Amino acid sequence: MKDETGTLTTLASYFALMSLFAIGGANSAVPEMQRVAVEVERWMSDRQFTDIFAIAQVTPGPNVIIVTLIGYHVAGFLGALVATLAMCGPTCVFAFYISQVWERFKDAPWRAAIQAGLLPISIGLIAASAFVVTWVAAHSFVAVAITLATAVVAYTTRLNPLWIFAAAALFGLAGLV
Amino acid sequence: MSETVVTPSPSSPPASSPPTLLDLFVAFAIISLCGFGGVLAWSRRMLVEERKWMTSEEFNDAYALCQFLPGPNVVNLSVVFGRRIRGPVGAGVALVGLIGPPFVIVSIISLLYARFGEIAALQRMLFGVAAAAAGLVMGTCAKMARPLFSDRLGLAPLVALATFASIGVLRWPIYWALAVLVPVSIAIAWVRR
Repeated sequence: MKDETGTLTTLASYFALMSLFAIGGANSAVPEMQRVAVEVERWMSDRQFTDIFAIAQVTPGPNVIIVTLIGYHVAGFLGALVATLAMCGPTCVFAFYISQVWERFKDAPWRAAIQAGLLPISIGLIAASAFVVTWVAAHSFVAVAITLATAVVAYTTRLNPLWIFAAAALFGLAGLV
Repeated sequence: MSETVVTPSPSSPPASSPPTLLDLFVAFAIISLCGFGGVLAWSRRMLVEERKWMTSEEFNDAYALCQFLPGPNVVNLSVVFGRRIRGPVGAGVALVGLIGPPFVIVSIISLLYARFGEIAALQRMLFGVAAAAAGLVMGTCAKMARPLFSDRLGLAPLVALATFASIGVLRWPIYWALAVLVPVSIAIAWVRR
């Protein structure tokens, strides 16, 4: 029992802190999630992390849902609840209050500087995410080929990614990945 | 998922009657469940085009704020929008609408995964899906990075590269890397303004 409380506290503190650094969205924190869940806390293997990432992407809803899956894996239903609340809570409070003053400083130069300064950070974070998940998902040449093909399709077309996921799942089922 | 769960009633007056809490909840639940692979596109469609609760400019402005705030973007958007419509309660209701339904779905999936995750066929499918999901993130990243390079070339690409290298390749904890990079990047933007 005491152990469980400890695990929940650990989950809560990791995700609450992490959320404040997730500039650009939940996917920006994926490298940090992998680092914590696989390398630091050893909650799961690299393969399990990849599974969870894949499931989060095919589940409807915002990307932040990956946190729910990690929480569930670590500490069941309560873990899922705690992890989700921790990831959303602090930044929601932040968003709530900032949005009240945001309008007032519409033309403030520092507002533009903050926005311009954070943009390359968020792009770098997403790039890091892409790199980390490509790395752990690269089981074979076919897997890498699927990754690259999806990237090209996502960049050049507006095809619903559901179709790509379905095709990739079939490739996998056929034992090609 | 279902494409048109709720068709907007053609007779609904645009924006004249503020949405009720139930409206808010339902709208964000639909955004969440349909907005698979891109919740942003759906939130724009729902809030701006279908329900006409926001103008396109209002949406862009709210979204710009949510993108630069840390944390999940669309989650932030639900709070910002809910607050604007119905204060703190509205913020809470929109948030629960957005997070609640996928939370339930994912809890069920987690149960199934804990039980069947080791089945070879499922495992092989997940290998494929993970590879595609990684590609999706890559493609999104490329889209985001486009304006960075078409702009007159400043130090911004270097900042992006440093962020990528420190967190993606060197695997530094996000806190230390950003504690250095964020102030530097904002200072650069300030000087170049």
